[in-house]
Amino acid sequence: MLNDIWVLMVEKGWTLALLRGAGVTILIGVLGVVIGLASAIPLAILRWRRLPVLSQLVDAYSIVIRGVPGLLVIYLLFFGSVDWVQKIASAFGYADSAENAYPFIVGIIAIAAISCAYSVEVIRGALQAVPVGLLEAARSLSLSPRLTFFRVTLPLALRLALGGINNVWQMTIKDTSLVSVVGMQELMRTAAVAAGITRSPLLFYCLAAAMFFAMTAVSQILFNRAEKYFNRGFSRR
Amino acid sequence: MDLSIITYAVPFLLVGAKTTLLIALFGVGLGLPFGILVATARTSQVATIRRCADFYCAVFRGTPMLVQIFVIYYGLAQIGFIRHNAILWWLIGDSLHAAVLAVILNTGAYTAEIFRTALLSLPRGLIEAAEACGMSPWVIFQRIKFPLALRQALPSYSTEVAVIVKESSLASTITVLEITGYAKRLMSETFAIMEIFVITAVFYLVINVACLTALNVIERRLSFEPRYAR
Repeated sequence: MLNDIWVLMVEKGWTLALLRGAGVTILIGVLGVVIGLASAIPLAILRWRRLPVLSQLVDAYSIVIRGVPGLLVIYLLFFGSVDWVQKIASAFGYADSAENAYPFIVGIIAIAAISCAYSVEVIRGALQAVPVGLLEAARSLSLSPRLTFFRVTLPLALRLALGGINNVWQMTIKDTSLVSVVGMQELMRTAAVAAGITRSPLLFYCLAAAMFFAMTAVSQILFNRAEKYFNRGFSRR
Repeated sequence: MDLSIITYAVPFLLVGAKTTLLIALFGVGLGLPFGILVATARTSQVATIRRCADFYCAVFRGTPMLVQIFVIYYGLAQIGFIRHNAILWWLIGDSLHAAVLAVILNTGAYTAEIFRTALLSLPRGLIEAAEACGMSPWVIFQRIKFPLALRQALPSYSTEVAVIVKESSLASTITVLEITGYAKRLMSETFAIMEIFVITAVFYLVINVACLTALNVIERRLSFEPRYAR
């Protein structure tokens, strides 16, 4: 039994494949959260300012994405874009490279779109939680609206949003596994391929679970530290 | 939008909705008591029980549902003992049963977390008062802890119900044809990707809104405040 595992993992090189898959998973997760967060901040500001039509549109986007399974969003983006991506790529003569890079790019877009919908809610909540008194104080010092936003509102809101961002990140790293169903070579897909070839699904899926668990556990520890750092001077009272 | 696509897709999705609702129903009906059981284990005085329950929650909350469903459906089927045991094989041999089991185990971990915080937030004095009255631990749980914790936990649990409905979509990865499974098939059949997505989204939103409304009603029934206050 142990000997079999040794042969599979080391001599056949599956450990390396799984680690590479885990690297891709982390890359997709980080890119997805960063892009999602970067696009969520302006959207959350639209919602926060209650701009007439735009804020309703953002609201609708956020409700639909959060109310629908991630798998469905991924199917929409993959099947919905496969046609015109092929057309554009072949028009420019990059048909082959588009075929290779395509799952990766659309996968990141899908993950970012999902995490963005959740981030919008988190950041809007944080923006609303910034005490009004501080904003009034900033205005009484005749800070310009721009300066008030970047020096007062945003830093305070990001501190308040940290817990929510942690939740979004934990969810996103787990959601990356969904991209495997459309053929992205990340951890889950690698495990599935390995399980198929070696006919030992139990071993490889458990290993994939352990790797995902390690990722979420380590990031939880890092976030706890970050929270402590950003809350310095706040929690003592 | 082409109307013929709606009339073509809706009957399929209705069949799928039945499966989705079935999985969600089991997820709530069995996952809730199971989660409460795990929550009480996590607040238990016995360290071994507490640690086992903590470990279970950490594992199921820290790994993707997709991995769990694959471990249960493909992984466990590899073990000879399970294949030859009639009851266990009934549980995981069929893809629908495996999906239901995965949903129950997954939601159980999250439900346990919700109820653990609710149980820990109960005022210490109430439980001490119950002990002083000579109530047995079971009676304390049944009469004092559970009703109060339930009311505390319900708002968070209603979000968890919406998550169950969404997570049930992963059953489509192990060949169970529920809403998402049919949606995928319809998408590759008709090539009307956006239309199918919108119709399917409406299905999910209707189910979620129905669940949330039902839980809201229960929440209001259980709340302390007199009716006229609302």
